[in-house]
Amino acid sequence: MIDTSPPPFFKRGLAPTLRLAIFSGLALFLMVADGHFHYLNTLRNALAIVINPLQHAMNAPVRLSAKVGDFFVAQGRMKSENADLKEQQLMLAGKMLQYQDLQAENAHLRHLLDAKTRYAQRTTLAEILYSGRDPFSRKIIVDRGSLQGVQPGQVVADQIGVIGQVTRVSPAVSEVTLITDKDQAVPVQNVRNGLRAVVFGNGEAGTLDMPFMSFSADLQPGDQLVTSGIDGIYPPGLPVAVVSKVERNAAYLFAKVSCTPSAGPDRQRQILILSAPNPPQMEAAPQKQPAQVDHGKR
Amino acid sequence: MANAKPTLTRPASGRFILFTLLIGLLLNLLPWNGLAKLLWPDCIALLLVYWAIHQPREVGLGAAWFLGLLMDIADGVLFGQHALAYTLMIFMAQILRPRIQMFSFWQQALYVFGFLLISLVIMLVTRLAFGAAFPGPLYFASSVIGAVLWPTLSILLRLSQHRKSRTDDTFTNLVKK
Repeated sequence: MIDTSPPPFFKRGLAPTLRLAIFSGLALFLMVADGHFHYLNTLRNALAIVINPLQHAMNAPVRLSAKVGDFFVAQGRMKSENADLKEQQLMLAGKMLQYQDLQAENAHLRHLLDAKTRYAQRTTLAEILYSGRDPFSRKIIVDRGSLQGVQPGQVVADQIGVIGQVTRVSPAVSEVTLITDKDQAVPVQNVRNGLRAVVFGNGEAGTLDMPFMSFSADLQPGDQLVTSGIDGIYPPGLPVAVVSKVERNAAYLFAKVSCTPSAGPDRQRQILILSAPNPPQMEAAPQKQPAQVDHGKR
Repeated sequence: MANAKPTLTRPASGRFILFTLLIGLLLNLLPWNGLAKLLWPDCIALLLVYWAIHQPREVGLGAAWFLGLLMDIADGVLFGQHALAYTLMIFMAQILRPRIQMFSFWQQALYVFGFLLISLVIMLVTRLAFGAAFPGPLYFASSVIGAVLWPTLSILLRLSQHRKSRTDDTFTNLVKK
């Protein structure tokens, strides 16, 4: 090929090494500002305006192909699926009757006890667009954003249990950090005995850790863990995980507890975004919550 | 090659380079899932290396840095992660440029593999420094695939340059050859 660089006696701009120093210095500066101090959200949002339409454009064919695929699902599968769903619906209808009865009874009893009625959950149905493209983190992108009232910090669940939490919102899409993302924490409670704990993601799909559980903690494989609700972000009672393994080694101060998440985004494409449970005493907090959540993560 | 010289002294226009980089960005934004996500090569990095080698005046560290920043936003990752990786990668390419130009496409691909690997390693190191988990050895697979695609990419881009040049007066020079 032809050498297009000028002879060395022509002066043109800064020396390459100086340029390298400037640009990598700038990059490092941005990294620290973003990673440690979380200063750059406005800049990110500004540049996201450039990128988002492109992302949408590239999502379109993928979504279209998924739709076309759905259209051509085999008749047999549709039929069996339909039968299954009808059966399930019948079962759920039975349970629903019971539930309404219980709810009425519960309301009545609460009224009698003069207790505050529980905050009713409003949910937004969203569809998973794709899993985040960063191989280092476990995130999914869903098709509801700030235009639909999604806010950072909201909890995301499917019909089985908690999936994760909304961490970043743009007008039409938002990013959900899964509970399996590294250091993502969920406060939980053991259904069997009410023991409170916090489970952490470890960056791998299908496992959660429960660190700092004392050697003698009453935990058994198979224990159901649900959200405890004491954090004010996760509503109480949502299934999170099942304890899969408890290792008690006398050499360590803490027991090593592994859990398997109950729900997962690999199973279906529809998910629910739960409205932020802001009871009266938390009214001032919601603006702060996302920042805290974000901070705790890194 | 000597005859083709006039066509190649004014090769691709800045607009064409911008166009290819935009295409590369779009290809990078394809929402893959699962294994494909890890195997899909970094098209922006490939194109940056190509233009940094063939047209160092138009594409240099600045372009690498800015596109890296765009990729950081698109991926929603740590700010500056791609920017730093691309900047260092293109710097290496600039240093080795005179040597690389002597080689055949497949020999060049070996170098390109090295460049892509360096960018991946830089990103890995920065993310590990900020507390992420190692995503497994398959993380490096995209650099191999990128290198395999290099000869095809080079031929395609060079072809498009030739076709472009036929519209201006250098066409006659080509015909004489």
